[in-house]
Amino acid sequence: MLGRLSWAAIPLNEPLPLIAGAAVVIVILAVLLTITVKGWWPYLWREWITSVDHKRIGVMYVVLGLVMLLRGYADAIMMRTQQAIAIGDAQGYLPPGHYDQIFSAHGSIMIFFVAMPLVIGLMNFAVPLQLGVRDVAFPVLNSVSFWLTATGALLINLSLVIGNFARTGWMGYPPLSGLAFSPDVGVDYYLWSLQISGIGTLLTGVNFVTTILKLRAPGMTYFRMPVFCWTALAANLLIIAAFPILTATFVMLLLDRYLGMHFFTNDAGGNQMMYVNLFWAWGHPEVYILILPAFGIFAEVVAAFSGKGLFSYRSMVWATLGICILSFMVWLHHFFTMGAGADVNAFFGIMSSIIAVPTGVKVFNWLFTMFRGRIVFRTPMLFAVGFIVTFVIGGLTGVLLAVPPVDFVLHNSTFLVAHFHNVIIGGVVFGALAGINYWFPKAFGFTLDERFGHASFWCWLIGFYLAFTPLYALGLMGMTRRLEHIPDPSWRPLLLVAEAGAIVIFCGILCQIAQLYVSIRTRERRLDLTGDPWNGRTLEWSTSSPPPAYNFAVLPRVETIDAFWHMKRVGRPPVEPAYEAIEMPRNSPAGFIIAFFATIMGFSLIWQIWWLAILGFLAAATVVLIAGWSTEREHEIPADRIAQMERAR
Amino acid sequence: MTTVAIDRIPTSVPTELARGRGGGGPASKRVVVAYGFWIFILSDMVMFSALFAAYAVLRDNTAGGPTGAELFNLRNVFIETMCLLFSSYTCGLGALSAERRQPGRFLIFAVLTFVLGAAFLFIEVSEFARMVEKGAGPSRSAFLSAFFTLVGTHGIHVASGLVALIYLGGQMIANGLRAAVLRRLLCWSLFWHALDIVWVGVFTLVYLMGDWH
Repeated sequence: MLGRLSWAAIPLNEPLPLIAGAAVVIVILAVLLTITVKGWWPYLWREWITSVDHKRIGVMYVVLGLVMLLRGYADAIMMRTQQAIAIGDAQGYLPPGHYDQIFSAHGSIMIFFVAMPLVIGLMNFAVPLQLGVRDVAFPVLNSVSFWLTATGALLINLSLVIGNFARTGWMGYPPLSGLAFSPDVGVDYYLWSLQISGIGTLLTGVNFVTTILKLRAPGMTYFRMPVFCWTALAANLLIIAAFPILTATFVMLLLDRYLGMHFFTNDAGGNQMMYVNLFWAWGHPEVYILILPAFGIFAEVVAAFSGKGLFSYRSMVWATLGICILSFMVWLHHFFTMGAGADVNAFFGIMSSIIAVPTGVKVFNWLFTMFRGRIVFRTPMLFAVGFIVTFVIGGLTGVLLAVPPVDFVLHNSTFLVAHFHNVIIGGVVFGALAGINYWFPKAFGFTLDERFGHASFWCWLIGFYLAFTPLYALGLMGMTRRLEHIPDPSWRPLLLVAEAGAIVIFCGILCQIAQLYVSIRTRERRLDLTGDPWNGRTLEWSTSSPPPAYNFAVLPRVETIDAFWHMKRVGRPPVEPAYEAIEMPRNSPAGFIIAFFATIMGFSLIWQIWWLAILGFLAAATVVLIAGWSTEREHEIPADRIAQMERAR
Repeated sequence: MTTVAIDRIPTSVPTELARGRGGGGPASKRVVVAYGFWIFILSDMVMFSALFAAYAVLRDNTAGGPTGAELFNLRNVFIETMCLLFSSYTCGLGALSAERRQPGRFLIFAVLTFVLGAAFLFIEVSEFARMVEKGAGPSRSAFLSAFFTLVGTHGIHVASGLVALIYLGGQMIANGLRAAVLRRLLCWSLFWHALDIVWVGVFTLVYLMGDWH
């Protein structure tokens, strides 16, 4: 009746996950209770859960990413602490099986449920505004995407309390992740949560490519689009071309596990290296899915806070598209040691070095934009400058690792761990934090506190270097990644420095929480009444903060790049425009309900409760069919109502 | 070909500019929907290409079990293929009738398409059953895992296409050939033709080359 599920699934004998799980459950219950007591449910349901407004969905993505950042960080500090104390004779506080789950969960959560939601959230919020349009191409689908991502996050966190998580690392390589060596639910949690959220991500890709290519304000030709829209386009093209590979790969592994097939097994002709190849054929484009939008954010931030247009806009665009294509030609550098031979390794080594060229072009674009600009060091700009320095270091170590003989020495060492954290924290996380600080006033109508913003930046920057520079050194000294116990006591000092760095990063997170709290408390003083707090250049700053549901009462006419900057220079027409009625998509609960049933389906599949899985699938499919039946998805806001709202601005 | 003006063209947009592509403002809903669906189909093609790649890697890994040449019945597969190809033809005729707002003709072609698609599925499923009966099921060898997954995934697509066809037929009967329904039918026919293209790949790479082997 309940498949593999029984009371034994709750880890009563392991106090640590139990306490952590209990704490999470208590926090969630407290939040739900508060909402119920305060009577906020109708508001939440009406304005957020069923909302198909790209701005609201963007904010929800970012909130999801930030909450999951706390979870991912908790995993990180547990690992760092274990490595700082389990040296020589000491065994630390985490048993190996638990430690393995933590590093697997840390990687999976940080990539899929922190970095992806932050990046997709910011794209959701900013891209339609920058394009000068009223919503994405498929607003209801957008809501479905978000809620499926939330389903994945929920499932991966359920593994904390019910059952366990994969002990395979975040890549889930077979044969370790196959049924023979991982018979319990851990790998199934991993596979189903990523599979369900992956569908959401794929739909986002479809949605945004269509939006950017087919919905732009009149006059906005391709080469008048803001750079962030270009990088979002590139990232979403990569999503469309890469995520289906991950889906297919996970389907094969699931079939191995559930139906006894032999794609990746040791026996009957399975081929494990095929998994590794397919995984990274998705995995390498994935890192550019994350970093390209971050590049775009930095381009916007650097231009805005230097008071200058971006230096060599066209080279920035071509560099973005070059990276987009090259990112599919380097995947083998993740496993040079596979034994593909010198020719193959040489090809991928050279391609991996070449991809640094367009990235270098971008670095010069940012530097020359700042050159002789009037630089204002607000928090987003600090993150941008910190990013340029940090990312160049990460890029250089990456080029080093792209040399196959070097990789043979350093692969799977903490040097590699330091490298990819160097580019992901220094690039993606700094980019997301810059973007949040940059667009927050647009989203909520008041600016964020600068003192705590600066403090959080310095903590993140210093903490990052303290935490990861030692790992470079340790990697060169021969320390492999994922060690639950450190055999060599001479590594202790550097591991303690890394631990200190992790704590400094935590101070950065605390500063951000304080920044939010203080800013909300003092929001009356920091209202953004102009809609343009940074003297911005692109169209999102031309509407009010926060923008009305329809974004623009009249679609802006675009005549140049940096359209809003141009409008400010030539001045706006003094006469009030003739408002027309606007068709807006209606709210839809479809996304939430589909995700609700998808959660039930995923959970039942993990625990092999077949009848419930079938029921969940049928229910979700029925909701899709019901939602697809209606022909009236829009409601009209009459022209006089818009005129009224615009005059009230 | 008759084109049907399905969406109101916003009067404020200069119509001499190609909308959506250049600086002419947002494209019409019909273009947006069909384009988005086309992008989705592209992503589906990428998924199939991963499955094709897996099949190419594992094709010879029969683990002492039967090979493709021993299992495939090219005569049946040829009939199957013809069913699917002709269903694309009837699907095209149906799409033309829908565009000309001829619901009766459309329904006839939809039924024909459905019957041909169902015949395809029937032959495929009975071939699968025959193989499993012989002990050549998907868990026999890596080759058979890849075979059943690739061909089966296509089959699942065809099956969901058939469900969608019934569903859209119902929409047409209930709502008539209004703009929203026409857009969905357009997407459906794109989907159906795409499945044909995938099947041409399956027929060539799996069956013809497998038999050769």
